Amino acid sequence: MSDTKNKTVKFKIKRQITPDSEAYWEEFEVPWKPSLNIVTLLMAQHENPTTTSGHKTTPATYDANCLEEVCGSCTMIVNGKVRQACTALVDKLEQPITIEPMRKFPVVRDLKVDRQRMFESLKWVEGWIPIDNTAPIGKGPNISPEKQEFAYNLSRCMTCGSCLESCPQWSADESFIGPQAIAQAVLFNTHPTGKAKESDRVEALINNGLNVCGNAQNCAAVCPKEVDLVAAISEANWQATKHVTKKFFGVR
Amino acid sequence: MSKTKIAIIGGGLAGLAAAMKIAEESSATKDCLVQMFSIVPVKRSHSVCAQGGINAANNTTGDSPHQHFDDTVYGGDFLANQGPIKRMCDEAPNIINLFDRMGVPFNRTNEGNIDRRRFGGTLHPRTAYAGATTGQQLLYGLDEQVRRYESQGLVEKYEGWEYLSTIFNENNQCCGIVAQNLTTMEVKAFPADAVILATGGPGAVYGRSTNSVSNNGLAVTSLYHQGAKYANGEFIQVHPTAIGGDDKLRLMSESARGEGGRVWVWGDPNKKWIDNDGNERPCGEKGKPWYFLEEKYPAYGNLVPRDIATREIFKVVYEYKLGIEGRPFVHLDVSHIAREKGIEYLDRKLKGILEIYEKFKGVDPHEVPMEIFPAVHYSMGGLWVDDNTQMTNLDGVFAAGECDYQFHGANRLGANSLLSCVYTGLMVAGPEALKYAKSRNVQAEDTPSKVLEAEVKRQQEFLDKLINMSGPENPRKLHHELGELMTANVTIVRNNEDLEKTINKIDDLKGRFWNSTIPDKGNWANQSVRYAHQLYYLFDLAEIIVQGALNRNESRGAHYKPEFPERNDEEWLKTTIASYDKSTGKPIISYEEIDKSLIPPRKRDYTKKSVVGASKN
Repeated sequence: MSDTKNKTVKFKIKRQITPDSEAYWEEFEVPWKPSLNIVTLLMAQHENPTTTSGHKTTPATYDANCLEEVCGSCTMIVNGKVRQACTALVDKLEQPITIEPMRKFPVVRDLKVDRQRMFESLKWVEGWIPIDNTAPIGKGPNISPEKQEFAYNLSRCMTCGSCLESCPQWSADESFIGPQAIAQAVLFNTHPTGKAKESDRVEALINNGLNVCGNAQNCAAVCPKEVDLVAAISEANWQATKHVTKKFFGVR
Repeated sequence: MSKTKIAIIGGGLAGLAAAMKIAEESSATKDCLVQMFSIVPVKRSHSVCAQGGINAANNTTGDSPHQHFDDTVYGGDFLANQGPIKRMCDEAPNIINLFDRMGVPFNRTNEGNIDRRRFGGTLHPRTAYAGATTGQQLLYGLDEQVRRYESQGLVEKYEGWEYLSTIFNENNQCCGIVAQNLTTMEVKAFPADAVILATGGPGAVYGRSTNSVSNNGLAVTSLYHQGAKYANGEFIQVHPTAIGGDDKLRLMSESARGEGGRVWVWGDPNKKWIDNDGNERPCGEKGKPWYFLEEKYPAYGNLVPRDIATREIFKVVYEYKLGIEGRPFVHLDVSHIAREKGIEYLDRKLKGILEIYEKFKGVDPHEVPMEIFPAVHYSMGGLWVDDNTQMTNLDGVFAAGECDYQFHGANRLGANSLLSCVYTGLMVAGPEALKYAKSRNVQAEDTPSKVLEAEVKRQQEFLDKLINMSGPENPRKLHHELGELMTANVTIVRNNEDLEKTINKIDDLKGRFWNSTIPDKGNWANQSVRYAHQLYYLFDLAEIIVQGALNRNESRGAHYKPEFPERNDEEWLKTTIASYDKSTGKPIISYEEIDKSLIPPRKRDYTKKSVVGASKN
C-alpha cells in the first residue's frame, strides 16, 4: 500500500469578497481520501478556513445543491475548464488544483456568480408550452419515440451556463442570446402545441443575435449533459430562414 | 382593496405546482400575487434529483386508481389516513395528462403514448417516466409554466432568500413571513394572506443522505418552534440502492430494478436463512450469484417495497456477512439488459443514473454490476396537516410535498413522491390557500407595521446572537457528529437503549453548539452564519425523529425494532404528533387516530401477491 496516510490535496481558490473588490488567490491543503471531489474540498475549506501558510481566512462562498450534476448550481472553473464541482474528481486533476468562478457572469462573492440572465432569456423566447389551462381535459398529443428522444436531449439542459462560458461570441452584457436559450426555443418550437408560438420565438432569436453564432461549437463540446447544441442552433437557423422567407412573401 | 398575497416557500414540484394553480385561478382578475421564496433558483430545486418516475394507474394492464390506492396504503403499512390517499390516486391520471400537455418528454411507446414501467410494491407497470431524470423533467415543466405567469406579473420570485419564520397577528392568524436575502443578508418582512411551506425533506439531520444541500429542515423546524405539529417523524425512508460519497450519497433509482435490474451477492450455501414456514435454506450456491430478493420474495422479486429491500440488504451484509469482498455493498446489476437488449435501449430508460454512476465511480455499469448500499432518502413524516385542506394547525399556514406527512404512512412506494408533491401543491394546498386568503376578514397588507417589525427584530437579534458566539466548537464538526449519531442509531435497525443514548447525545450537542465560533463575521453572502442557523434547528428536528422512534414499541414499515419485531395495530396504529415545548425545548408526543374506513388493515406479506383489500367504497 502506498503512503496514503500523509497524502494531501493542494488547491487554490480565487477569492473575491465583494463584486467590486480585487480578486486574489488563497492556497489550501487538506488530507487526501479516496473519491474526493471539488465540493468536498470546499466543504473541508469551510470546516477549517486556514491557508497553507497558516493564515485564518473566511470560508469561500460557493453555490452547490444536488451534488450529482443534475441541478447546474456548482458550475465553476476547475483547472481552467468550466464544469460542475460535484463531478470534478480530485484524483483525476493535476495539483495544485485551481478553482475559480465562471468568468463571464458577474461575481457575487468568491465562487458564486449571478446567472439570472439565463432565466431572463428563457422569458424572451417564451420558453413554455402555451397550454389553455390545467383543467382535466385529457391527454396531450401523441409523440413518436424519435421526437421524444430529440426533445428529451434538449430538455436535459440544467441552465448551468457552461455553453455560454465557453462561447467566443457570448457575453453577459452583449446582445447574443447564446446557445442555451436557442436550444430551448427549438425545444418548444418542435412540440406540436409549442409550435403555435414558433414565429414569436424565432423573431426573438433573430432580434437577439441568432446570426452572431460563429459555429465554433465550443458549446456542444463542454455541455455536461451532451445536449446537441450544434444541431439545435442549425435547426434554429433553418426555422429563422423559413420565418424570414414567409415574412418576405407575406405568408403566415 | 389591495391585492391578495400568497407566500410560497420552496420552488420544487409542490411549490411550483401551487404557484401555477394560484396564478391560473387569478389570471383573469389579477387580484392575487404569488411571492415565491427559494434558497436556490427554483429550477435548481431538489426535485431534479427524483429519477425513476411518477405513478398513475392506466387501464392498459388491468390497473386501476383503486389498485394504486390499495398498493399505497398496504405499502405504507396502514399508517395513513385513507381519504387523502384515495383522492390522490384518483387524480393521478389527470396529473400525468396535464404534464403530457405541458410538453414533458415522457418516454413513449411505438404508437406515441406514454410508456410505463414497474416500480416497487406493485405488480402493475404504473410509472410514467422521462429517462431516469423524471423529477427534473416534471420540475422544468412546472418551472416553464410559472415563468410564463411571472412574465405576466402574477408571480414574483425571491430566489436566494431563506424563509426564517411566519408572522402572526393578535388573533394568531398568519399575516406574513420573515425571510433573509442570502447575498445582502437583509432580514425582511413580507405580508402574506396565506403561506404555503413546500420545503422538502429533512436529509440534513443525517449529515449525508440522498437529499440536496437545500434540504436543511430550517423552515419546518422554525414553524414547529412557532407551534406547528409535526407528525410521524420517526418514519424515515432508507433507500436500498445508493452509492457513497463524502459530500452526499447518490441515489441509483429503483427504476433500474423496474427495467429488470437484479440485486445479488455471491452465494454461500454454508450460510442459512429461515423462510416464512420456518425452514432453513442455504444462501445460494457456491460461485453463483444469489439473487436474494428474487428467492425470498417470489411474487415481487427485486421490486419489493424499499423498507423490505433495505432490511434484506442490511441482513445480507451484516448478518450473513455476504457483502462484496466483505465490504458493506451488494450488486445492482443492469449489465445483462445491455447485453440482451443493447446499450441504446438501456440508455433510453436509465441513462441519467448510469452516467452518474460512471462519473462518480469510474466504472461503466453497462458492463460491470454496480456496487450499492442503502442511504437515507425520504421522510414519510412531516408537518401535520388537515386531511382536506393541507393547512397546518397554524391558521393560514399550509404545507405541501415532502414536508407534509399525509400520503405515505410508514413506508413510501417509489414514484409516489412526485405524485404527492404535485397533487398537494396543484390540487389541495394551492387552491385552498387561495380560498383561505380571499375569505379572511383582515388583509395581511393592513397588518400594523409594528407587528411585522417585531418579528424581523426577533429574527435579526437571533442572527446577531449566532454571529457573536464564541468558543472552541466548530458547527461543521458538530453537524458531522449529529449525522453519524443519527445514521448509526435511527435508520434501518433501532433499539431503545441506543435511542435513549442518542437523545442524551443530541442534548449534549445542543449545549456545545452555543460554544461555537462562526469563521465569518461579515454581512455579504456569509454562508457560515447561515450554516450555523440551519444546524441550530437540526438538533430539534433530530429529537422529534428519535423521540417518536423511542416511544413506538413495534415494527412497522421503515421503523424496525428487533425488540418488538411485529406490527402492533392494537396499540400503535396511530399517528405520532410532536409539539414543541418552549420551556424544555423538547418535543411533547401525543397520538391521533387514523382513518382506516376504506381498506381494513391486513398483514403485509410480499412473498405472495397482495389481494386488494375489501373496500367499503
